[in-house]
Amino acid sequence: MSAPPDRMNLPRYRGQPQALRALVRPDSVHRNVYVDPEVFELEMEQLWRNTWIYVGHDSQVPNAGDYFSTRLGREPVILLRGADGEVRVLFNRCAHKGTRLVSAVHGRCEGGLLRCPYHGWTYRLDGTLRTVPLRAGYEATGFDNSEAAQGLRAVTAVNYRGFVFARPAPQGIGFEEFFGESLSSIDNMVERSPEGRLEVAGGVLRYLHDCNWKLFVENLNDAMHPMVAHESSAGTAKRLWDGQPPGAPVPMVIEQFTPFVNGYDFMDRMGLKIFDNGHSYTGVNFSIHSKYAQVGEYEKRMAAAYGEERAQRILGEARHNTVYYPSLTIKGAIQAIRVVRPLAVDRTLIESWTFRLAGAPDELLQRTATYTRLINSPTSVVGHDDLHCYRAIQEGLAAGGSEWVSLHRNYHGGEGVGLTGIYGATNEVSMRGQFRAWSRFMEAQPAPQPAEPPPPARPAPTPSR
Amino acid sequence: MSHAAFPDAAALAQFVCHEARLIDEKRFDEWYELFSDDGCYWIPLTRGQPPQETFTSISREDKLLLKVRIERLRHPHAYSQQQPSFCQHVLQQPLVESIDAQHNLCVLRTPYLYVETQLDTQIVLSGVAWHHLRMQGDALRIVLKKVELLNCDAALPAIQLFP
Repeated sequence: MSAPPDRMNLPRYRGQPQALRALVRPDSVHRNVYVDPEVFELEMEQLWRNTWIYVGHDSQVPNAGDYFSTRLGREPVILLRGADGEVRVLFNRCAHKGTRLVSAVHGRCEGGLLRCPYHGWTYRLDGTLRTVPLRAGYEATGFDNSEAAQGLRAVTAVNYRGFVFARPAPQGIGFEEFFGESLSSIDNMVERSPEGRLEVAGGVLRYLHDCNWKLFVENLNDAMHPMVAHESSAGTAKRLWDGQPPGAPVPMVIEQFTPFVNGYDFMDRMGLKIFDNGHSYTGVNFSIHSKYAQVGEYEKRMAAAYGEERAQRILGEARHNTVYYPSLTIKGAIQAIRVVRPLAVDRTLIESWTFRLAGAPDELLQRTATYTRLINSPTSVVGHDDLHCYRAIQEGLAAGGSEWVSLHRNYHGGEGVGLTGIYGATNEVSMRGQFRAWSRFMEAQPAPQPAEPPPPARPAPTPSR
Repeated sequence: MSHAAFPDAAALAQFVCHEARLIDEKRFDEWYELFSDDGCYWIPLTRGQPPQETFTSISREDKLLLKVRIERLRHPHAYSQQQPSFCQHVLQQPLVESIDAQHNLCVLRTPYLYVETQLDTQIVLSGVAWHHLRMQGDALRIVLKKVELLNCDAALPAIQLFP
């Protein structure tokens, strides 16, 4: 029975933390986390502002004045290289009337200035206001003490080995505390370059998913779906190749497709590592990327750069997907990342970016580009069945009978304390961990406790009038 | 290897129309046979994209991948096709861009609209097809079908058949 009309538009979750908390149980979640527009609004206001969201890679803005524009949740931002060489994240909003300052995805600031297309206000590359036409009109108006006079607002951001993350909320958890040891997956991806450096290369695939963003994120560490959902694609590739004589050179596409239909045992033994705050990766022991053909010249360059032993250690890690909750998933072994940009409760843009390993032969980038095309393109036969399942969940959840989504697989009551550790990869603990983080960051974050007592208060300024 | 000369422009254009029709009628086995053994069906990701495979494409299928795609469409567990998709190409007149008898290569350019539907969902794409054709014996074969989508840089929904 539907709610009576006078109750229909009342907020059910806004300002009601208990109702929000009740959506997540240790072993299951209420369907409204995926389908309720109000919950989505609150996610954009809280979860996607209180956590560290991936913005872009600093190689996208190599020179002073270069920018990349994108959105963090609902908020338009610019990733901008300053005159000092530093990369900043600024809200893409003129301090005057709120006009979005830059519209191109990538560009360069003419004359080292950002200029508003509406009234011509200009800003330096650090966001400070430089000029306003007919400035005299602002004399004695109180403008100089206004928010507008402070120029473009910067977002708290950290550039970690080229990967730029930002936390839109002015206060909240620190970068290191939020990601902790999970950053080792980025470390491994960077160290796969003989020069220890990545460059965005090969283009970006932009794929619209008509489903809730969390269904995509959860799937990245879901080792129970490939052999079912991908039977028709990867299974067909495997079958078509099966007739080949042993020893025949295996095409890259076969090498990349066929592990998707490995059995439950393989998938489970791959291993799953859980960190705090929703981060995790599959492929602790090995992964579907482990058996790719070796590229001799690359291995030689790696050994020269790092020494034989360390190079082997770096390349021996074949982590499958690392989830940097909520906005980013990376595949270090393939140098491909997927960036999650939620658009609406049932609409998500997935951007797939690829990287060149600086100093590595082109063959590696070709492998990366091939993989991302096969798996992440809007034409991908693997992706079609994934997306089909996400959409089917989105629609199936409307069904009555049960309002709960089960996350029971390998759940044991003892998870009450902490989840961090290593599990079999078929465990649904990664999703339970994500929802634990979800609950935490859906609430407004307290101001950090100062480590030292605050400095004595200054005398109050004399009122000007 | 000896081969016949290219047919006239009308016959070349008819070949392109026939190729689109085979897709629209889901006669995928016949369509597959139109490609030469080294044939390729390519949808670049950017405008003016160089041919190197170090750049990602929306689609880049050799005959093996085409075979996988065609066989998958018939697979009982191709869940995204439980409710099947259908498509239609609406072609502008295919025009011959060049004929190089010495290298056995002829190129046609065909602007078109592509409509793909799955029950209540319909997408429309606009593109230009470049057919690189070769004579193999007395038959035309596709060496390369390159599809330049007008909105190749857009956030695209799932495209399940063959634009």
